[in-house]
Amino acid sequence: MFFILITGLLLGGTYALIAMGLNLQYGVARIMNLANGEMLVAGGFAAFWVYTAGQVSPIAALLVVAPVAFVVNWAIYRIMLRPLVKRAKSRGALEVDSILATFGLSFALVGIMTWFFGGGYFNYSYLTGRVDIFASSYAQNRVVAFTIASLLAAALWIWLSYTRAGLRMRAVAVSSDSARLVGIDVPAVSALAFGLGGAVTASGGALISMFFTLDASVGVLFTMKALIIVIMGGVGDIRGTIVAAMILGIAETFVARVIDPGLTLAAAYVLFLGVLLFRPQGLFGRTPT
Amino acid sequence: MTMRDIRNLILSAFAFGLLALLPLYVSGYILSIATTMAMFTVLATSWALFSGPTHYISLATAAFFGLGTFVTGLGFQTLPMWLLPIIAAGLGAVLAALVGLVTLRLSGVYFVIFTLGLAELVRQVVTWVQNRTGQRGMYVLTSITERDIYWQLLGMAALVFLVGWLIARSRLGFALRIIGNDETVAKHSGIDTAAAKILLFMVSGAAAAVVGAMMAPRYIYIEPSTAFASILSFQVVIMALLGGTGRLWGPLAGVVPFTLLWEFISRNAPNQTLLLLGIAFLLIVYVLPGGFVGLYDRLRHRYGQGGQ
Repeated sequence: MFFILITGLLLGGTYALIAMGLNLQYGVARIMNLANGEMLVAGGFAAFWVYTAGQVSPIAALLVVAPVAFVVNWAIYRIMLRPLVKRAKSRGALEVDSILATFGLSFALVGIMTWFFGGGYFNYSYLTGRVDIFASSYAQNRVVAFTIASLLAAALWIWLSYTRAGLRMRAVAVSSDSARLVGIDVPAVSALAFGLGGAVTASGGALISMFFTLDASVGVLFTMKALIIVIMGGVGDIRGTIVAAMILGIAETFVARVIDPGLTLAAAYVLFLGVLLFRPQGLFGRTPT
Repeated sequence: MTMRDIRNLILSAFAFGLLALLPLYVSGYILSIATTMAMFTVLATSWALFSGPTHYISLATAAFFGLGTFVTGLGFQTLPMWLLPIIAAGLGAVLAALVGLVTLRLSGVYFVIFTLGLAELVRQVVTWVQNRTGQRGMYVLTSITERDIYWQLLGMAALVFLVGWLIARSRLGFALRIIGNDETVAKHSGIDTAAAKILLFMVSGAAAAVVGAMMAPRYIYIEPSTAFASILSFQVVIMALLGGTGRLWGPLAGVVPFTLLWEFISRNAPNQTLLLLGIAFLLIVYVLPGGFVGLYDRLRHRYGQGGQ
């Protein structure tokens, strides 16, 4: 039981990082990015590639993956999504447009990645030793991934809470119209948030690839999980995202160990159902008045 | 009913009659493409019945379809064939009602996300149940030929068009158009928005389940990973949007070219079908909002025949 708890928390740490990326994109830039999982897989592919080709550790690869993902996502927002924001007459119209556009992007990315890397599974062995925590042993790569994910998430949280740029971002998240009135360049902040979100998700992908077998089309599963975490934690709520990610990590590990490893999505759906029925505004959200 | 309605009805009946004669003249490959087109016509048209006016993008088609194939797979030996699509319709409507009750009271995003994973969820649960009961895939060996399936689907298409035509003229259709334009206004004018949305989603889910039940004999061997393949949901969305959901015949205008294109790509470059799907989505958003129907209306407007 304790083993499940710790394994779940270790998994939840990486989920938290991925969901934070999505939350930045949806909460600040107002884009429901359904290509989020493909960014994750791309990050994983990059880590896999540098490790097998040059024996570069996936952690060092983060130094390249994150900036590249930032630039790519920033450009995607500027070129693809900004025109949609401009032409949208309402929030609902923007949602439909951005869902369709990012679906297109997601399929195009899967197609391109299959083209380059083939449709097979890929994984590599990195840090396969064991670590003992409270008399049980855990895979070293999972513990390392969790530690780095936590450090990145903490850095992001501090940046959002205590810097001016972070304040601007939170202001846009609360109300983009009012943010504009106090002199915040909303399009620039949105592009920044979208790029940053992509960078965070791709880093999560590089970390996940250390212990998880990926293939070109697995992205949508991670998109789904990240979406469920974001909704469960509340849009724009970092604390909620972290708690929700931990809950999902533990629930999945529990179901995989006790019932059947093939039912992980079902576990996520049970949580999702509970949230939709009882707390659609998120774990810590207040009922809108 | 105006003269125009009667004329359209007669023309449609005539067109269906002509299409029904098709298997007498062609067979083999062409008939199989025609069957695929008939399948997507029913799926895309019934998808557009709900998602067209409400703008709620449903990605659950594969879940309903898979449910239908399993009804046939499990029941074809013990139950009469004509009963299976009816059971499938009932189960499809029930599943749609459950999904609708959970998500359609909330905003559209929740609905999209929930339906996005629904086929995969049902697939996982079915696989789990099969593993527990020690069962694998199922053989559906019947005397039903491609021709029969084509005729069944054609009949179903006629039914869906008729239902769509009736709904558009009913209070329910009117209510849905108001919901699609402005949900707040709809609520304030006393429309039970959740009930209206759930009811129409049930119609659309039942139709997809029936198609699954009719298609099952074509696959011969049914297993969860093929029956609940989520790519189907996306194909349906693309075809309906490419054609345009503004009119009843819109999806049909998307089904015909996209099925041919898909067939061509998957024969010549099978790995590039996803890329095609992606590009098609992007095209719809950036180049053809409103689909072919939107384009047609704009052209008509420009060249002076519009204004009805």
